Amino acid sequence: MVGAGGHGLATAYYLAKNHGIRDVAVVERGWLGGGNMARNTTIIRSNYLWDASAAIYEHSLKLWETLAEELDYDLLFSQRGVMSLAHSLHDVREGQRRASANRLNGIDALWLDPEACREVCPILNIDPEVRYPVLGATFQPRGGIARHEHVAWGYARAADALGVDLIEGCEVQGIDVTDGRVTGLRTSRGPIRAGKVALVAAGHSSLLAEMAGFTLPITSHPLQALVSELLQPVHPTVVMSNAVHVYVSQAHKGELVMGAGIDSYNSYAQRGSFHVIEHQMAAALELFPIFARAHVLRTWGGIVDTAPDASPIIGVTPVENLFINCGWGTGGFKATPGSGWVMAETVATGRPHELARPFALERFVTGDLVDEHGAAGVAH
Amino acid sequence: MLLIRCPWCGPREEVEFRYGGQAHIAFPADPEALSDAAWGEWLFHRDNPKGAFRERWVHSAGCRRWFNARRDTVTHEIAATYVGTEPGA
Repeated sequence: MVGAGGHGLATAYYLAKNHGIRDVAVVERGWLGGGNMARNTTIIRSNYLWDASAAIYEHSLKLWETLAEELDYDLLFSQRGVMSLAHSLHDVREGQRRASANRLNGIDALWLDPEACREVCPILNIDPEVRYPVLGATFQPRGGIARHEHVAWGYARAADALGVDLIEGCEVQGIDVTDGRVTGLRTSRGPIRAGKVALVAAGHSSLLAEMAGFTLPITSHPLQALVSELLQPVHPTVVMSNAVHVYVSQAHKGELVMGAGIDSYNSYAQRGSFHVIEHQMAAALELFPIFARAHVLRTWGGIVDTAPDASPIIGVTPVENLFINCGWGTGGFKATPGSGWVMAETVATGRPHELARPFALERFVTGDLVDEHGAAGVAH
Repeated sequence: MLLIRCPWCGPREEVEFRYGGQAHIAFPADPEALSDAAWGEWLFHRDNPKGAFRERWVHSAGCRRWFNARRDTVTHEIAATYVGTEPGA
């Protein structure tokens, strides 16, 4: 397993637990959960438009609901609801359509008018005179947030207890392929022979694929976020706005956690441009005037791997016994348990899990895309 | 914020520009002759290097003209902006 982020650790855990495969090494260039797992805004929801996406994200949400108990680790999973605002007639139509599609897929989804939005979130500004007025919102009550590093550590501890080896500070520098079949890795700490290899490395997936001799329809971009100082509880839910590019929740400790839109340009720098933060703050202040005197404590960036249809790529590759799980773009955290679950079966059996099948790399040849730009939360 | 040198207008702030992704991708000479895989490759696959990258920008809040840049995707340093093929490349 290349990558000890949430998805890699979850995959290793389910390989051991669901499939009895314990001869697993997770190699990580940095440290456990130190990439996007440490940098995301921890939003969890399953209200995606298409059946394929709804199925995998809802599978993931159901796993979240019992995960703390299963891992015996307090994940601070809080189902406080996720609201996605509509600011234009198009947003309203897209949101209503998506809420209806969600209900047909058995996912809790509501359409809220502006007054109902304010009932759920009293600090939300629904004044019709602002530049981008709130015209309504989709709302998923079972959505919420969790403590991201606890998720990584919970999976890591559970995987370790089942016999999985976690190797930090171990950078993959080459992938050995013989007669079209993967045979091992060359790393900064020496070679590792492996019958099967899974690449679960988010922003760096393109570079790993290149080592194995194939390309991915992925581009890597900065995605920025910030937190405020610690504040009294004021924000009871999660509010996202795709149109004005901000999403806000309040963490258990009290800081406001805000995510921005992605920076437009390709980058591996884990930092973006300041005007993106400025744009995000302007949007946050219009939606939440009460935040005007809150201070920014810290801003940071991660590298997100975006696919042309805003959906992940999970499954087999042109190299035999080499599997890939990438392209989660701006929204991978919510999928951590479900992604690990389907990836583990894919690696164990050599065939894509039923829920992973629509997300095969092959869709960029057949044209059978899973277009989730509307539900993806951050335009990219 | 990046400071980008528009070949016509000189150095301007990034907010005046829009990004166009990888540069120098020609439309296939004979699209109907391509296999599905080759067409998918042309349509969806883009170079995603860690390091030097040739990319397109448009000065949308200025002269509204497209140009190319060679930029490092780790340092964000822009080594050159140019029109057409990079001189000396």
